[in-house]
Amino acid sequence: MTDLAWIDAALTGARPQAVGALLRYFRDLDTAEEAFQDACLRALKAWPLNGPPRDPAAWLIMVGRNAGIDGARRRAKQTVLPDETVLSDTEDAETPLAERLDGADYRDDVLRLMFICCHPDLPATQQVALALRIVSGLSVKQIARAFLVGESAMEQRITRAKTRIARAGVPFETPGPAERAERVAAVAAMIYLVFNEGYSAGGRQDDRGRLADEAIRLSRLLLRLYQTEPEIMGLTALLLLQHARAAARFDAEGEIVLLDDQDRSLWDRRLINEGLALVDKAMRHRRPGPYQIQAAIAALHARAARAADTDWAGIAALYAALERQTPSPVITLNRAVAVSRTEGPQAALDLIAPLEARLAGYFHFYGVRGALLLDLGREAEARVAFNQAIALANTPAEAAHIRRHLDQLTLSGEAH
Amino acid sequence: MLYALLCYNNEAEVFAWDQDQDAAVMARLEAVQQKLDAAGKLGPSLRLLPTTAATTLRKDQDLVIDGPYAETKEQLLGFYLLDIDGLEEGLAIARELAAANPGGAYEIRPIGYFRAGKALG
Repeated sequence: MTDLAWIDAALTGARPQAVGALLRYFRDLDTAEEAFQDACLRALKAWPLNGPPRDPAAWLIMVGRNAGIDGARRRAKQTVLPDETVLSDTEDAETPLAERLDGADYRDDVLRLMFICCHPDLPATQQVALALRIVSGLSVKQIARAFLVGESAMEQRITRAKTRIARAGVPFETPGPAERAERVAAVAAMIYLVFNEGYSAGGRQDDRGRLADEAIRLSRLLLRLYQTEPEIMGLTALLLLQHARAAARFDAEGEIVLLDDQDRSLWDRRLINEGLALVDKAMRHRRPGPYQIQAAIAALHARAARAADTDWAGIAALYAALERQTPSPVITLNRAVAVSRTEGPQAALDLIAPLEARLAGYFHFYGVRGALLLDLGREAEARVAFNQAIALANTPAEAAHIRRHLDQLTLSGEAH
Repeated sequence: MLYALLCYNNEAEVFAWDQDQDAAVMARLEAVQQKLDAAGKLGPSLRLLPTTAATTLRKDQDLVIDGPYAETKEQLLGFYLLDIDGLEEGLAIARELAAANPGGAYEIRPIGYFRAGKALG
């Protein structure tokens, strides 16, 4: 790895902590970001000469703070502060700052930084874009490519989001326990949104596909701050276990490969092991929540060496638990799929019959119904359901997947 | 003589590497490891999963703590490699070992990458 690549990784790693601390100091997002950018430019000059500092985040905070003050003074036409190359990496300069950063301040700084990105005034797409820009430090160009929009459109979206936040006011007071729990939950939901942007892109290794990696990094960061929160363990595990299947989810033609048909040797064992370890840790707390239960479901899939080994009864029970926590027809639909494996297609069909009114616009509802009817040999009805599914498909891959079912129906129809 | 080489680095930085950076490091390490392996000098080597996946057992109080061992007054004195089903089994083994040797702590951390090595096989 070149000097630049190492420095780049160090800057990315230190970014949330450094920008979070600068935000607390300057109380203004743009000033904090500019100060951090300044500090990064100085790091690019100073680090190759002097070697990396012992604590990059502390270095960046100190240099960024001076740069921010310097900028403010320059704007006030006052004297310029001494150059940052005079700053050394000495104990006495850094130790007090580093010590303060180890404590609760540090946690609240990073949490605040993540939290302002998911302000309830912001629509989901702006939350995700802002988090990627501010917390992850992706460039506007990278984010624009990830969302398949133009750079200037993305620039505008981010600027609008920042304006809304500035108007809403950034919460600087130290949060109480209830507020902190709310913030953690909001940040978790935002991280899940980032992940879904990447997940829906499939196994692509472009800017959009990389969002899933970024979400995992953010989730691990949140977990490092809240090591004992079972729901954050659950969230991190869920992302790891889902992302582990990325290479197997689409075939060479870009078509969806269902879980049952995936080549499990393509699953990433390292991500699975980390996910399983986190599910184990979370279960010990006996405080189940939606992320933990979804992670436990993903874990049962990950533990099955072959599709036939899947513990469908366990999965059905977990979906039932998830339904009790967050009732939703989509969860019932998922439970029905598991039930069809243990009790047969008729039991599953009975379970989803009452859902039609609420899921009338939902692709997966008709896909599942068609498959269940097909299992029962009710081909004419299956055909109707599959056609309804195709009409509601969100992506060409979804439509192509259902069309394959229909093609098979047609073939068997001809054979009769 | 047997030696252990313990690896320390900044976790936030290492987990900020993208796949290409990570693969480049692993490839350079593999070149060194193959040479050592051929000379019969390399035993098992491994890469731990992040500290967020760790659980710590404080032996005296039988206290299970989420996260890595973070105290500074004790030193790393040894380690075990276990092939087990999961955390509960790991904790059971740790407690059995703790009964035989009380004091201090065990950190239980899953392994992400394992290379057996030819020596000590």
